[in-house]
Amino acid sequence: MKSAAERAKLPPADVPRDGPNLTGEELETKLSTTWSNPPGFVGWLSSVDHKDIGRRYVITALVFLALAGVLAIAMRLQLARPDNDLIGAARYNEIFTMHGTTMMFLFAVPVMQGMQIYLTPLMIGTRSNAFPRLNAFSYWMYLAGGLLLWIAFVLNVGPDVGWFAYPPLSGPQFGVGKRVDIWAQMITFTEVAALAAAVSLTATILKQKAPGMSLARMPIFVWATLVTSLMVIFSMPSVALASGMLLSDRLVGTHFYNPAERGDALLWQHLFWFFGHPEVYIIFLPATGFVSEIVATFSRRSIVMYPIVVMSLVATGILAFGLWVHHMFATGLPRIGYSFYTAASMSVSIPTGLQIFCWIATLWEGRPQLKVPLLYVIGFIFTFVIGGLTGVMIAAVPLDLQLHDTYFIVAHFHYVLIGGAVFPLLGAITYWFPKATGRLMSETLGKIAFWMIFLGFQLAFFPMHIAGIYGMPRRVYTYPAGMGLELPNMLSTLGSLVVSTAVLLFVVNLVISARSGRRAAPNPWGAPSLEWATSCPPPPYNFPHIPLVSSRTPLWDAGEKLPVVHGLRVEDRELVLTTVMSAEPDVREPSPEPSPWPLIGTVATTAMFVCSIFSPWAVLVGVVPVALALTAWFWPKSPRLSGSL
Amino acid sequence: MRHEPEFADDLSALRTHAFSYRSLTWWGIIAFMVIEGAFFALAMAAYFFLMAQEQEWAPRPWSPPDLLAGTLFTAVMLLSEVPNTMIKRAANAYDVAAVRKLLPVMSAIGLLLVIIRGFEFNSLNVFWYDNAYGSIIWALLFLHTTHIVTDWGDTLVLWQLMKTPHGEDPRRLVDTDENALYWRFVWLTWLPIYVLIYWVPRLFR
Repeated sequence: MKSAAERAKLPPADVPRDGPNLTGEELETKLSTTWSNPPGFVGWLSSVDHKDIGRRYVITALVFLALAGVLAIAMRLQLARPDNDLIGAARYNEIFTMHGTTMMFLFAVPVMQGMQIYLTPLMIGTRSNAFPRLNAFSYWMYLAGGLLLWIAFVLNVGPDVGWFAYPPLSGPQFGVGKRVDIWAQMITFTEVAALAAAVSLTATILKQKAPGMSLARMPIFVWATLVTSLMVIFSMPSVALASGMLLSDRLVGTHFYNPAERGDALLWQHLFWFFGHPEVYIIFLPATGFVSEIVATFSRRSIVMYPIVVMSLVATGILAFGLWVHHMFATGLPRIGYSFYTAASMSVSIPTGLQIFCWIATLWEGRPQLKVPLLYVIGFIFTFVIGGLTGVMIAAVPLDLQLHDTYFIVAHFHYVLIGGAVFPLLGAITYWFPKATGRLMSETLGKIAFWMIFLGFQLAFFPMHIAGIYGMPRRVYTYPAGMGLELPNMLSTLGSLVVSTAVLLFVVNLVISARSGRRAAPNPWGAPSLEWATSCPPPPYNFPHIPLVSSRTPLWDAGEKLPVVHGLRVEDRELVLTTVMSAEPDVREPSPEPSPWPLIGTVATTAMFVCSIFSPWAVLVGVVPVALALTAWFWPKSPRLSGSL
Repeated sequence: MRHEPEFADDLSALRTHAFSYRSLTWWGIIAFMVIEGAFFALAMAAYFFLMAQEQEWAPRPWSPPDLLAGTLFTAVMLLSEVPNTMIKRAANAYDVAAVRKLLPVMSAIGLLLVIIRGFEFNSLNVFWYDNAYGSIIWALLFLHTTHIVTDWGDTLVLWQLMKTPHGEDPRRLVDTDENALYWRFVWLTWLPIYVLIYWVPRLFR
């Protein structure tokens, strides 16, 4: 047997590789065999295909959107009239907590990561993502966290302390029972999931770009994915640490947030918002990526001032970590603190504004086609600018102190989050639907749904500004008559019913189009980026040959033929690793096979996390099965003499 | 339109493994270091935030932690970098035999450190439920213990793996190299925590 050093230097052995001698149908048959999931239900559970994982993420997140949407309607019905008694105060507390928690942790972040997981490897021209088993683990952990929260809610132990669970309300003294523990442990699940996905996406982008796709040639959506993944990596530990400390205050009697023993409730707010504010941009920046791709495709020209858009993304990502204290203006700060965080909060509007001007310039310079995805972009620009401007207003401390905890804030963040993230998301789903299903969504139904959502949204949320200025507080289950709040609330309720009907129409369109929509060509919109270089839906191996990239718009610049590299093994899962900056081909990397261990690892971790709500010893005992599952996950199945292949 | 391929570069001669930043798993490990580093940095920030609530630190009548166990732990940890560097170099030189000899040494050092860590918990002179000072001291030590135990477990599994024919695969030497890199991170993060647990409560009395 040769030594490892000798084997590392051996020339490649003769195994089947893609290239001029192995291409077309013969190649695709071999690649399909290599990259397909094992058959049956176990094979489905073992999938590590980023397209499966991404699709599962998006569909699960949309289910949570629907559930949280139902809660929103319940709240709006309760608030339709003054002194209404449809829902009592305690149940209302649970409902707004579940609505916010579900929307932020189980819908907004996961749906964006799901889209990123699905699209990123296709957009950068690789066969799979980095650490695909970690990616599968990420999805299962997310699902387990979501189920924990919603099963608890159904069993009447759902959290009731707001989506940010401030102590002392959430502490052991006032947050009796297990409601808060379930909320805090759901945080652990979703943060593990988000961090795992972020690590996978970051490594994928840095190391697996197609040869020639230097950082300066990456699609803007991929840039947005890189920035948000890094933001997840830097921000999510904060909320995981905070919720871990909250759990330990509640379970083992630590005093992190207990002022009686020299702890501080404000420590929670700092840790929570150090995560919470970047979280908003973790949701918003992928949406700007969607917008950039959609604007370029439907304007028929590349994005104007690409470097400015990219630098704006990076600047927003950095500035997002310097703003968290503006959520705490009402807690009392030194004067210098007020001034600094006001200035920082206002400054973030500069890169965002630059991006908006670049999109408008692209539309202006191009030949825009008003298809449904572009309609959502225009709806986004209109709505998000309003939300951004109210954001600049409440960055000013005197006004914030007046409007804090009123419906003005509710209006502001729904304008920013729905206008800034959900509108582009619906456009993106319409845009990439043919990529995932091979069929186009109905334009007619799509346009009706868009106008209903857009107008219904304005009807639902604009009056909340007025209600807030009139002094209507958030998180209170009713309001008295005769304060001028009847009309804005009734309008909001009517608007929310229009929006929910429209979302239902969007879903109907999804279902009908998935079954009987018009068949899509590989590049139905005439888009420039690599995900459209393969068939719709893509095969398990994504691309028969790995593309060679020489511009930012490879498909617009390719003629009849697309330049590709070749020489990858086809009977084993193999990828190309490229250098980080200039994407020079560097290493041929084996990609892990499907495995049930990520799921088994999730089951073991879930048992540990859920039991640790009740006893700290569960951590010590529960870590053993987790360690065993992880070892089985990583243990190589057969010695791969990779140096000789 | 689906494009026909135009064949350019042949990649079949590329290597199938590489060390350091050319390796994919290296980037994964760096990302996890950043995540764990963020945990530690935020826990340290919480330490100073809570410290600001007190007139003195450690607050009387609690005494600062005894120095012996923690300092012994620090010394062993620093010395462990000697065999750790030897393993890293052996892995880079494809010297499987040396790696197989040194991994049990690192595993034994891991065990020794876990035992000393037990004594450290016993020498803090405060319990986590006494006050916020006790809570954060215990939190820092607990967080770092998860770090030590994780890497010790990782080293044990790697030791067993390298004893098998898998050890001949150059990619497993990349794993060994990266495990050694991670160990450096483990002891580097310990140094500020050692100062916060053992020395700051002495200096601010």
